[in-house]
Amino acid sequence: MKLRNTLTSMALALTALSAQAQTEIQMWHSMSGALGEWVNGLANSYNQSQKDYKVVPVFKGNYDESMTAAMAAFRGGNAPHVLQVFEVGTATMMYSKGAIVPVAKVMKDAGYKFDPSVYIPAVAGYYTAPNGDIQSLPFNSSTPVFWYNKDAFKAAGLDPESPPKTWTELTLAASKLKASGHKCPFTTAWQTWVHLETFSAWHDVEFATQRNGFKGLNARLNVTTPLHVRHIENLANMSANGLFVYKGRAGAAGATFESGECAMYTNSSAAYAGIKRNAKFAFGVSTLPYYPDVKGAPQNTIIGGASLWVMAGKNSNEYKGVAGFFDHLSKTDVQAKSHQDTGYLPITTAAYQATEKSGFYKQNPGTDVSVTQMVRKTTDRSQGIRLGNFVQIRTIMDEELEQVWSGKKSPKDGLEAIKKRGDELLVRFENANR
Amino acid sequence: MTFEKRVRFRSSWLPWALVAPQLLVVVLFFFWPAGQALLESVYESDAFGMSSTFVGLDNFKRLFADETYLQSFWTTAIFSIWVAGCGLTIALLLAVMADRIVPYAIAPAVVGVLWVFMFTPSMGVVSHALKQAGVDWNHLLNSTHAMTLIVTAAVWKQISYNFLFFLAALQSVPKSLLEAAAIDGAGPWMRFWTIQLPLITPTAFFLLVVNIVYAFFDTFAIIDATTSGGPGKDTAILVYKVYQDGFKAMDLGGSAAQSVVLMAIVIALTVLQFRYIEKRVNY
Amino acid sequence: MIERRPLATFLSHLIVLAGVLIVAFPVVLALVATTQTSEQIVQNFPMSMVPGDNLWASFHQALFGGQTAKGNTLPAVAPMLWVSLVSAVIISFGKIAISLLSAFAIVYFRFPFRNLIFWMIFITLMLPVEVRILPTYAVVSSLGMLDTYAGLTLPLIASATATFLFRQFFLTVPDELVEAARMDGAGPMRFFLDILLPLSRTSIAALFVIQFIYGWNQYLWPLLVTTTEDMYPIVMGIRRLMAGGDASTEWNVVMATAILAMLPPALVVILMQKWFVKGLVDTEK
Repeated sequence: MKLRNTLTSMALALTALSAQAQTEIQMWHSMSGALGEWVNGLANSYNQSQKDYKVVPVFKGNYDESMTAAMAAFRGGNAPHVLQVFEVGTATMMYSKGAIVPVAKVMKDAGYKFDPSVYIPAVAGYYTAPNGDIQSLPFNSSTPVFWYNKDAFKAAGLDPESPPKTWTELTLAASKLKASGHKCPFTTAWQTWVHLETFSAWHDVEFATQRNGFKGLNARLNVTTPLHVRHIENLANMSANGLFVYKGRAGAAGATFESGECAMYTNSSAAYAGIKRNAKFAFGVSTLPYYPDVKGAPQNTIIGGASLWVMAGKNSNEYKGVAGFFDHLSKTDVQAKSHQDTGYLPITTAAYQATEKSGFYKQNPGTDVSVTQMVRKTTDRSQGIRLGNFVQIRTIMDEELEQVWSGKKSPKDGLEAIKKRGDELLVRFENANR
Repeated sequence: MTFEKRVRFRSSWLPWALVAPQLLVVVLFFFWPAGQALLESVYESDAFGMSSTFVGLDNFKRLFADETYLQSFWTTAIFSIWVAGCGLTIALLLAVMADRIVPYAIAPAVVGVLWVFMFTPSMGVVSHALKQAGVDWNHLLNSTHAMTLIVTAAVWKQISYNFLFFLAALQSVPKSLLEAAAIDGAGPWMRFWTIQLPLITPTAFFLLVVNIVYAFFDTFAIIDATTSGGPGKDTAILVYKVYQDGFKAMDLGGSAAQSVVLMAIVIALTVLQFRYIEKRVNY
Repeated sequence: MIERRPLATFLSHLIVLAGVLIVAFPVVLALVATTQTSEQIVQNFPMSMVPGDNLWASFHQALFGGQTAKGNTLPAVAPMLWVSLVSAVIISFGKIAISLLSAFAIVYFRFPFRNLIFWMIFITLMLPVEVRILPTYAVVSSLGMLDTYAGLTLPLIASATATFLFRQFFLTVPDELVEAARMDGAGPMRFFLDILLPLSRTSIAALFVIQFIYGWNQYLWPLLVTTTEDMYPIVMGIRRLMAGGDASTEWNVVMATAILAMLPPALVVILMQKWFVKGLVDTEK
């Protein structure tokens, strides 16, 4: 082992010597497993396409951990150039004056013609400032969709090729599944993202005031409307009747669908890769259910995932390298390949069209559901969410919803508690960033 | 604090030289950073340290006005008592049993520490393995299940630690004493109660203090991996909120204020233990 | 033991065996998992306990990296095991060494601020690393210790468990020993090296095991302090293998890596076992 280490060090030293002329661009990310390789592949393809810059991806733990690492490093003067931050950290990043450089500025200063219209509106809009300048580059974006077990449908006497489109249809399907012996007809992952945040946008209603926070720091939650109460009541009733079984926060429910335990569930479109590999049954994917009597539904869904931010404090040569990397990432063929390999949304319309033309969606039915939910013009209420302290707010929403599912609180009380506790956090953020 | 040693060495410089290394490390890598961390409690800062406003005791006021925070005092108390209590008694039982059949008894310690490693929440390897094995109950929505789960997980981790030290202590009890007592007709229970237990009180005291500190401070990773403080906030012990706020939500001021409170509680508990319980320790 | 109580001995064996089995179960699970392929693991719920034939492939991929059947390229784990080993050893030795010295000073000497110093050391238990992690990083960074073994280990040595334990132990050492040493003309350090240290053998052994595992298990601190992947410890390596939620994890390789990662701590425990038993013979006071 020691010999191998020595040899490796020697080899590294030699390559370092020969690569002296290159400027190194450090990119910190949270993609583990196969996705980590995807990131390495992207960096390699850029590094091979030119000689001046070398992008070095470094895995820095999950999103919380890499954020903490970046904060520590920034204060110590050795922040990375590029940092992958999850979408709920957008407000925190945007309002950290002097810590970041907007992507639009980086591209412009480096001399790249940056045309925001090539990006899919619902995808890029989340990360765009009110003045139209894109702040961070969408990287791994997904959106909630509806997954279902076709074999279970057949066994329950449901048509596996016509998934439920509305909530009423879904409840009916769940009852049939339960009648056929299924212990878990329906569940969900990321309950706050899917059933409160995206739910609002999908029905073209506000999740928070001030255009969900895009227009200003004085946004407040708006989740106690009759529509929101109605939806949570529906889910609570389903839960009481054994039609909806709560399977935990975040992505925990994923395993229950892949193993066949739960027959239908709502989760990120990026769950595709895991389901495709692990599910022993035929599965289908469809659009998120909605309430057809609501005007404007279905509108579009909100993205989840992360984007790439550029940290401040570097010199212009390094920023040129970053800009080149981002430009490379936005190329149609790079985007299309990423989209097809990972299941993440393409960020440019051109990439979507290229993928369509190549017949990919025909060969892999269902993979275009996520994109079609997003390729629409957004409204004031469906562009995304930009609220401060959002990580804590999501935790509050998880806590209160759990109280509702376990029967301890009524849906109305739960939502009102969410609003009350969430607004306190929003007020704090406003005061801290005035 | 009572130091019962009557015999001392005399030197004006040697003790200083002996404590110097540890003091240096402690000052540099504890006091200096800890001081700064705690200082954050009177500021409201943004994530990257670009702007800090002095807010006096606002963070503290906000904490104590939050009823969920006050509730977690209670949750923490229950949790800690269970964890320390079960952890110590079960480990002692195992150690006494194992004491009889050393050295094969090391095996549980070996497997125990290995299991602890596997259970390290940052990996979740065991959680996944258990889930795959069908171990599933509804700790997601049932508070009692959830509390039982985290107590079990925390105790599990501590048992091997306590067991190791208890066993080491029991091994140090002179066999001659036990043999003499046996000859005098004392049965195993009597021997335990009158000889072994008093002689292992120094270790027991050590473990008591350490277990309580552990229950208060080192358990947030376990909770994060199992219940995330849920359902609702029913398993959100004090340190879990510190971790969530400071680490996930980047709320440095609030998290620091909570750390100050938590630190004060644990220091108070420890002082109490040294003052009242150490009296009963046989050195 | 002392008298023949077959029932009690039998019971002891039984309880200890039960303890081993309960605690060993997850380890056995993990071992079985390494013999299967990743798909087999996820598709069967609950996981089948029948071993498959993928054992060699799983371990080989874990140790040396390379392409997996799914087309993933995995980094080699061997260098990470090395980093973890060195760190854990430095932490254990470092902690035990400085704590022995401090505890000795505090118990056997009288000097001004003695109590204060004990509490100063003791208070390091009262604030976990995670809470002070940002300023600690700042200190380490300003000392130029990022990506070094010093940076990985020094901040973790600053804790009081060992000092506290040794203090407890030293207080139980009979005064007669010290007086005897003095009468023989031995100074404090002679007493420390020739008499106290050998007596402390079992405590040192127990502490070494605990601190080694503690150092071996570190995840968060190394995550912050290292940016080059050749300074990653094994726990970070395992974490990196597990895709969070969206993509699929190669569970068989993860389990194999975890088992590999368990081997050094297991070895440490088994080796230290000798010191436990030896203590039995030597502590006739």
